[in-house]
Amino acid sequence: MTTQRLIGLRKSDRGWGPRLLVLAVVVYVGVLVLAPIVALVNGALQKGLPYFLASLNTPQFWQAFTLSVEIAVSVVVIQAILGSMTAWVIVRHSFPGKAIFNAVIDIPFAISPVVVGYMLLLVFGRNGMLYPLLSIFDIQVAFALPGIFLATLFVSLPFMIREMIPVIENLDRSQELAASTLGASRWTTFWRVIFPGLRTALLYGIALTMARAMGEFGAVLVIGGGVQGRTATTTLYIFHALEERQYVEAYTAAILLGLGSVLIVSLADFIRHRTQH
Amino acid sequence: MKAILPQARLKARSPELGLRATSFAFILVMVVIPMAVILQDGFKEGAAEFWRQVTLPVAAHAIILTLWTSALMTVINAVMGLLTAFVLVRYAFPGKAILNAIVDLPLAIPTLVTGVMLVILYGPQQALGLFLNQELGFQVIFAPPGIVLALLFITFPFVVRTIQPVLLDLDQQQEHAAATLGARRWTIFRRIIFPALALPTFSGSLLSFARAVGEFGAVVIVAGNIPFKSQTAAVYVLGAVESENRLAASAVSIVLIAISLVVILITNRLLSRRRGSQ
Repeated sequence: MTTQRLIGLRKSDRGWGPRLLVLAVVVYVGVLVLAPIVALVNGALQKGLPYFLASLNTPQFWQAFTLSVEIAVSVVVIQAILGSMTAWVIVRHSFPGKAIFNAVIDIPFAISPVVVGYMLLLVFGRNGMLYPLLSIFDIQVAFALPGIFLATLFVSLPFMIREMIPVIENLDRSQELAASTLGASRWTTFWRVIFPGLRTALLYGIALTMARAMGEFGAVLVIGGGVQGRTATTTLYIFHALEERQYVEAYTAAILLGLGSVLIVSLADFIRHRTQH
Repeated sequence: MKAILPQARLKARSPELGLRATSFAFILVMVVIPMAVILQDGFKEGAAEFWRQVTLPVAAHAIILTLWTSALMTVINAVMGLLTAFVLVRYAFPGKAILNAIVDLPLAIPTLVTGVMLVILYGPQQALGLFLNQELGFQVIFAPPGIVLALLFITFPFVVRTIQPVLLDLDQQQEHAAATLGARRWTIFRRIIFPALALPTFSGSLLSFARAVGEFGAVVIVAGNIPFKSQTAAVYVLGAVESENRLAASAVSIVLIAISLVVILITNRLLSRRRGSQ
């Protein structure tokens, strides 16, 4: 058995075949993923480092960036609470139509962001279904912050739920049962027995949701309209900068946005790996 | 123990019902109602008008362009994703950990940023773009090749990450048995490894197809908005919304939703069958 395995392993690593396969993959990933990233950094630095730094230091950029962070954080809070609850219901409850419910959750993953923004316009926009009701209370959703918030909430919906479901499935239910037999209240059982098991998945879900929310563009473009300063998120800022041919400004903001998202996700990945080993 | 169980379940009833109602309401308000509204809007003038909007030459061209670029991307992604997962699991080579980390990058990078990157690299004012265009007559940006490249970048992790865990769990004894019996490497791959990976490859590819059909952020930057040339269905919807052409926007949106829905349902069915057979 052992010798067989050794022979097999050595055999599969030897020769030109495997080397060519590795080379093909490295070249593919290099051309497809790495080259564009290098090009972006290069493009942002084309007028030198001082210009790069100066384009960061504009009020428009910081306004847009702050707005993106505010929206993303509030979306994350809602997603952490309602998303975890939904994941719990999917795993622990049985009800008719559960398979359909489960499939509906994946819809935001595949629907075009433009369609998402348009759907919200149909509900909340000027000719929208709820517009008469909204105008009575003088609430503006379309082309305003509530619309951007709803659009971001929609597109980031599956991330928290999909992250939580497998973890809730693997929870040891006998511990919960033991806690309640020993007289623990439901609240105590939740905080002391259930929550510690969910913490890492929650953190990872938060990171994925945050990255997705910061980077949303299509839905926000349609529902937000991008009124400069008031509803311009970072992605809209980049889009407008490109349209106005302020390339270095656009590239710099793109680097910052991409770097931020990658850092958030890598940090969560790092914590998850550390707690697993 | 037996006496406590039913009691615990009784106690559980009311808060758990509240939990269920809240999550139902969340999904209903967020996903189901907006979709119902768009469906109602698209068929408001009847099925004939819906069909007319979808088959308008500009709209039909946009839909067909979206479908064929997504399909081409899916085929390339299936082959290269399978190869990448295989190399990452089976071979040891320097820089493997870095390669593995790079695979995840497209998941975190916003698609608008992806579009910006590709325009810088292949754009008409850039060295590489200029070379490709003038020397080889190959236009990437504002043309279908750019769309396929953008879609490949965005969906690259989907196939790799669905195959990887299955390949890691695969029992290698069969392969060793085949190797000792004198089977060639290609025969082993074709007869033993590939059958086990066919389902994850297929479902990962379907997932990337569903994601690609609706892609907007990267595509609008890379392909621009040239009707009959590089305008995809999602970009067409944006144009229709901006010009307040509500019938066209709703009709093409419904087509996009229907495609994603069908593909997602098939993928879910496939994945649950795999889980069931384990």
